[in-house]
Amino acid sequence: MQNPAVEYDYTVAKWFSYLAILFGILGMGVGVLIAFQLAFPELNYIFGQYSLFSRLRPIHTNVVAYGFTLSGIWATWYYVGQRVLKVSLKESPFLSGLAKVHFWLYFVTALLAVVSLLFRVTTSKEYAQFEWPLDILVVVIWVMWGISIFGLIGLRREKTLYISMWYYIATFLGVAMLYLFNNMAVPTYLVTGMGDPLHSVSMYAGSNDALVQWWFGHNAVAFVFTVPIIAMIYYFLPKESGQPVYSYKLSLLSFWGLMFVYLWAGGHHLIYSTVPDWMQTMGSIFSVILILPSWGSALNMLLTMKGEWSQLKDSPLIKFMVLASTFYMLSTLEGPIQSIKSVNALAHFTDWIPGHVHDGTLGWVGFMIIAAIMHMAPRFFKREIYSKKLLEAQFWLQTTGIVLYFSSMWIAGITQGMMWRAVDQYGNLAYSFIDTVTVLHPYYTLRAIGGLMYFIGLFMWAYNFYKTMTAARQIEEEPKFASPMAA
Amino acid sequence: MELKEIQGYLYFFFILFLTAILYGYIVHLYRSEKKGERDYEKYGKMALDDELDSKPVEPLDENDVNEKRSGK
Repeated sequence: MQNPAVEYDYTVAKWFSYLAILFGILGMGVGVLIAFQLAFPELNYIFGQYSLFSRLRPIHTNVVAYGFTLSGIWATWYYVGQRVLKVSLKESPFLSGLAKVHFWLYFVTALLAVVSLLFRVTTSKEYAQFEWPLDILVVVIWVMWGISIFGLIGLRREKTLYISMWYYIATFLGVAMLYLFNNMAVPTYLVTGMGDPLHSVSMYAGSNDALVQWWFGHNAVAFVFTVPIIAMIYYFLPKESGQPVYSYKLSLLSFWGLMFVYLWAGGHHLIYSTVPDWMQTMGSIFSVILILPSWGSALNMLLTMKGEWSQLKDSPLIKFMVLASTFYMLSTLEGPIQSIKSVNALAHFTDWIPGHVHDGTLGWVGFMIIAAIMHMAPRFFKREIYSKKLLEAQFWLQTTGIVLYFSSMWIAGITQGMMWRAVDQYGNLAYSFIDTVTVLHPYYTLRAIGGLMYFIGLFMWAYNFYKTMTAARQIEEEPKFASPMAA
Repeated sequence: MELKEIQGYLYFFFILFLTAILYGYIVHLYRSEKKGERDYEKYGKMALDDELDSKPVEPLDENDVNEKRSGK
């Protein structure tokens, strides 16, 4: 079975890495703009209707989740998948060709999706805004990925699937199930013969629609922002540090724990709404239990560094990954706290929620994808990383940006929640909505500045990656563990 | 009893059932390692020694491969 003449095929992993950088800059650029719009509303009108907050916000969320993150997931899948299964894509012309079609179809669909949102073609379901023709393309893309996963597994030399593989498979199955059920819709033109051919209505109505939507919405966080990122960290942190995962048994247990608990927690988005009370309570309970498997994975990662903490000082990539793990712990503690009913009464609809989301996305998802791509870069191009100093500077700039982001949103959110519920001695509301807006202005400005710092860091990343690709010193052979980098 | 109530009870007992399975899994992991049936920790090496020509931690045995190829 050994076939040392063949080497790993990084072509598609490289392409997806380029795309992750491109969509990262696009999605987070829009994010920074809309953050400034919240602080300075006149920025809403810089491109007429096309720059309105309401038009741009879905572009921000969709490009970051389904552009940047998915590209990062697939860049790492086409790299990690081959390596842990010990099989090269070059050994199967079919899978290799399919990977390329997967990439191009995804790229075209992603561009169509952005354009469709810009021209307000939307189902208006949060994180599931794409209209039905795009949904069909997404399903085709997803099936291609499934064939890639199970095709490669079929050719593997390693009998047991490494834990990262479990997480990639779970991502595939989880999203397939969620996406299909939440996007069940009737295209109105096909039924009535009139109206806009792109328009559709959900197959669910009222509370049922809300339940399915948040079962999807929360699990989109699970299966796009959590599960595949754990797949990455279980490979890249051990590989970069040269340390095997601290406890493989804990990784298996955390996996099943996460799968078991996550799917039931979505009800916490609908606390104090029209869904049955027991369902809301269960949503809260499961969210709190979710701390266990989440911290199981995160602690397993931190303990992997046991005895090797000097690497944290020396390697910016280890810094990115250890902080990613730490932010994962922070957001998986914060989320459950927010889903406790009494806390939710204060937190729901306030800025504390986007604050929470961005701890996870900027700190955990963003940092992990950045680190993974920079770990892969020297292997892609047989060159060392262009500048360690630049990577260090990026790390500190982005970390400061995240801290500014979440601390301002904590203060803003709690202030907002307290003001909304404040009443005078007669039970009348003490503040009108505009009073809160005035008070929150400095925090909105701080948040936008934090976001801008993270955004500048992305350009440093892109530049470092580009120079690694074109100008860095060449290396003789693929590095085994720590990625080589020039000072 | 209303349907909504039945759903609530079913949900509760289903969770109890799944919890038992999850705890059973922990027991299974540790017991099979203690009995020497399986060394789970060796799988951690799969990420570290992952060259195409590296020796697999647990290679697919020829029977498995042949079975797969003959479509059995």
